[in-house]
Amino acid sequence: MPELTLAPEDWQAIALTAKLAAVTLSILFVIGVPLAWWLARTRSRLGSLVSALVAVPLVLPPTVLGFYLLVLLGPQGPVGRLTEALGLGLLPFSFPGLVVASTLFSLPFVVQPLQATFSAIGERMLEVAATLGAGPFDTFWHVVLPLSRPGLLSAAVLGFAHTLGEFGVVLMIGGNIPGRTQVLSIAIYNRVEAFEYAHAHLLAGGLLAFSFVALLALQFINRAGVGAPGMLRGGA
Amino acid sequence: MGRILLCLCCLAASLGAHAGEVLVAVAANFTAPMKEIAASFEGATGHRARLAFGSTGKLYAQIRNGAPFEVLLAADSETPAQLEALGLTVAGTRSSYAIGRLALWSPDPARVDAAGRVLADGSIRRLALANPQLAPYGRAAEQTLRALGLWQSLRARLVLAESISQSYQFIASGNVPLGFVALSQIVRGGALQSGSAWRVPDDLFGPLRQDLVLLRPGEHSPAAAALLRFMASPDAHRVLRDYGYEVPR
Repeated sequence: MPELTLAPEDWQAIALTAKLAAVTLSILFVIGVPLAWWLARTRSRLGSLVSALVAVPLVLPPTVLGFYLLVLLGPQGPVGRLTEALGLGLLPFSFPGLVVASTLFSLPFVVQPLQATFSAIGERMLEVAATLGAGPFDTFWHVVLPLSRPGLLSAAVLGFAHTLGEFGVVLMIGGNIPGRTQVLSIAIYNRVEAFEYAHAHLLAGGLLAFSFVALLALQFINRAGVGAPGMLRGGA
Repeated sequence: MGRILLCLCCLAASLGAHAGEVLVAVAANFTAPMKEIAASFEGATGHRARLAFGSTGKLYAQIRNGAPFEVLLAADSETPAQLEALGLTVAGTRSSYAIGRLALWSPDPARVDAAGRVLADGSIRRLALANPQLAPYGRAAEQTLRALGLWQSLRARLVLAESISQSYQFIASGNVPLGFVALSQIVRGGALQSGSAWRVPDDLFGPLRQDLVLLRPGEHSPAAAALLRFMASPDAHRVLRDYGYEVPR
């Protein structure tokens, strides 16, 4: 039985995955929070269209989405030509390319829980805040966000965990290059293809344990949040 | 410590030419042997081979869309030829680096006889193979069954995998009792690792030539040129035989 420890390339993949998930999640929040707020409040038809578009990655098989992104961002694709013309180079097979792909792919996992949470906040609460002289930004920051804590937490954990585990899109758009685009899920695939099953189990077990603990923590925090009426103290 | 020193000495001795790095796209079914070959390539030349694994079809799509790979080791001979036709390769660099072998395999030591007669004895309920439309080894398996006149009778019992790796996983996990795999998946050091197998004779299927080609980004890379030479060296050939591949020509 050969000794089983993580190789430098495994650590590299783990670090890259953590970085990808953290960067992606930050961008997802910057885009997702305003987008979900708008979707929760708008009555225009455009809202339905955008909602449907955000959900598309849930339906498309990951490799299919990855393939279209590859073509779109590649040297012959419209976005690829744009990024080259802007002097940014091409996105596929680079870390920024992984970030763009992961953001698109995990977008529904962040927007949908946020939208549901924002929708649940009644108009009345916002009207009261406005009556008390709070501006829209003030209201959002001091009323909406504190009330939405469970939704924000769900969105964060789902977005982070989903980016960690994603395989098909990142394999297609990233090209499985060690140290550059080889994330954890792909490192597991490599170990399986190399018949290094014990090693694959070790990595997969680690990923599973981490994801499980993250989801469990979310459950506890959410439960604690529901049990504490203090959250609404400001309004009551 | 001694080993590190030895490695350093080897490295220093071979560093006459500038040590470089080559980014190699490798067909997933060649992962295990290529890791070994890359290690001895580094020891022998001082150049470093960075390996990116993927199915040949995905690698093809990636190369067409600007992937920075310098060398492609495909699982077939068609893909490098298609890339050459598209002008994405360096002319005159395409050659076979390995020839694959097909095997009928079961983890059960008593299931498969040495002549493959089990295929015709009517006992098979499920038989795994890679999808002939997606994978070269799948096509070879179909050709074998057709050559034996068993394609029609077994057709309804076939379980199609998306790749030869998946075919192996179907069988190794016990979900399908036997099926076609690459000999390289079940052989180490020239010997069967577990279960029972029939090595399918070459005359039952078209040759499983695996070709390599130098891609445009590697045109002026000494490390890429060195790797192409190394793939035809006795060191590389030893690894091929170890994994049940045939050496070309």
